[in-house]
Amino acid sequence: MTTIVLTAALTAPFWIPNPYHLHILIMAGIFTVLALSLNLLLGYTGQLSLGHAAFFGIGAYTSALLTLKRDWSVWPALLAAAVASGLAGWAIGRLSLKLRGAYFVLVTISFAGVVSLVSQNWMDLTNGPLGLPGVPAPSLGPWSLRTKSAYYYLVLGSAALAYLVCHRLVGSRIGRAFLALRENEPLAASVGVDGTRYLVLATVVSAAMAGVAGSLYAHYTRFISPEVFLFNYTVTMVIMVIAGGKGTLPGPVVGAIVFTALPEALREVLSWQWQMVSYGTLLVLLVYFLPRGIVPALRTRTWWPTMRGHERVSP
Amino acid sequence: MVAHDARARASVPMSLAVRDVAVSFGGVAALAGVSFEIQPHTVTSLIGPNGAGKTTLFNAITGYLRPGRGHVAYEGRTLTGLRPSDVAQRGVVRTFQKTSVFPALSVIDNVMIGLHLRGSSGWAGILAGRRRVRDEESRLRADAGALIAFVGLTARGRETAGALPYGDQRLVEVAIALGARPSALLLDEPAAGMTGSEKDTVSRLILNIRAQGVTVFLVEHDMRLVMGISDRVLVLNHGRLIADGAPAEIQAHPDVIRAYLGAGSAPA
Repeated sequence: MTTIVLTAALTAPFWIPNPYHLHILIMAGIFTVLALSLNLLLGYTGQLSLGHAAFFGIGAYTSALLTLKRDWSVWPALLAAAVASGLAGWAIGRLSLKLRGAYFVLVTISFAGVVSLVSQNWMDLTNGPLGLPGVPAPSLGPWSLRTKSAYYYLVLGSAALAYLVCHRLVGSRIGRAFLALRENEPLAASVGVDGTRYLVLATVVSAAMAGVAGSLYAHYTRFISPEVFLFNYTVTMVIMVIAGGKGTLPGPVVGAIVFTALPEALREVLSWQWQMVSYGTLLVLLVYFLPRGIVPALRTRTWWPTMRGHERVSP
Repeated sequence: MVAHDARARASVPMSLAVRDVAVSFGGVAALAGVSFEIQPHTVTSLIGPNGAGKTTLFNAITGYLRPGRGHVAYEGRTLTGLRPSDVAQRGVVRTFQKTSVFPALSVIDNVMIGLHLRGSSGWAGILAGRRRVRDEESRLRADAGALIAFVGLTARGRETAGALPYGDQRLVEVAIALGARPSALLLDEPAAGMTGSEKDTVSRLILNIRAQGVTVFLVEHDMRLVMGISDRVLVLNHGRLIADGAPAEIQAHPDVIRAYLGAGSAPA
């Protein structure tokens, strides 16, 4: 199963001739990085960030501005995007020091609101609502990654790296501290788990990953505007994580692919009036029948290979 | 602070020293100045009617509550003002009166979280997938297995903690607490709601824990259990210590009998 999926992913540009379909796959890859990053917070520490588009947007703007105004090449700009978003995540983590649950949600929403306003009004830096055109495409030595198939591999590699980062963290004592925070923070504290420290760490890693996704987006679409901060992006990420299966590693990946492809598929078969209605209906049905998400529902069937035996939750 | 610690260490060979600790909730004194010391490697029990302030005292010792007055030290170092996770780092670990596990995780993962302080892998090593990190993981897994065997739950290691019967969940809690390798273990009603045979298991378990060199401080309502395993018993009533002595002395103490029977509250 895993081999088939990997082979399909690695050869996709060769059997997908339609550039529009490849575009959907690239967007799915970028959203995979975003969903994985949100899942680290929502699925493992149990804290909902409703300002995740802010980290995405900070990454996109950092990368775009450094390449446009400082003539940086794309790769260091991508790293800088991760650092800038990570720093923003650190600030949010420290701000919400003792805040959990609803308060954490509020802090992240407010943060996203502030960042979005800055991007719209700081004309000198961001060019305001007009956005930043002409963001360069990355190149690898003499080869430009301007083509869709080249960019596809860049995004695929990034998504794989994001998955690996999550996989290693989640299977370690740090990941267990995240889970302990979600499950029972006072008990975790009694055995020496410093909840605040691990929440800050989770927020930093999560934000940095979202920043990378933002940079990938900026250099792919080659144009960014304050739209990258739209609340819609955050909502889409939350849907991907929850519908795919929060607190699992393949869940956000499946969620990202399904919920990137679904609106496009609906657009092809339905008139625009029915697209949102059917999208909403499908979402409600999915949550109703698979409340824990697609991946956990599939896993309870025996033919599905488990990633790690002990992470299976017995009914 | 350093000078103070040095002085305390010189004069007090005690394990846990509680001095004049007072806590009040909205003007009501839950603890009205409690002082005592606990000798290392003993089982000391704290008894008293409901509402006497036993759990409040546990909270004040372990950093879940900041006392309005007074001072707590462990092995000569101040605990007052530390956060719970730092108190655990000093070797003082508590359990909770209400059942408290990590419900959605397996028993093994529950205990692995308890082992948090025994691991030392940092994020850089973890992300790089270093060999040392993997070695530590398998060592921790083996430690967790040993702890689960120690509390007698080997057969249940892979089950979800929240789905276990009540008595087994309480044993998981003890295994989690032992995972932090405490030198002082504070147990808050570990046998509450258990059947007679389960209580015997808990008694044996506590004696085994003490035999490993751990100081046990126990809050418990079951008098048979308390009198059977304690080296010393403290009695708390209305936020004050009213008696302190060997189990036999406590059972004959007039104030204790009055506190339990005379005040109108049934023996707990």
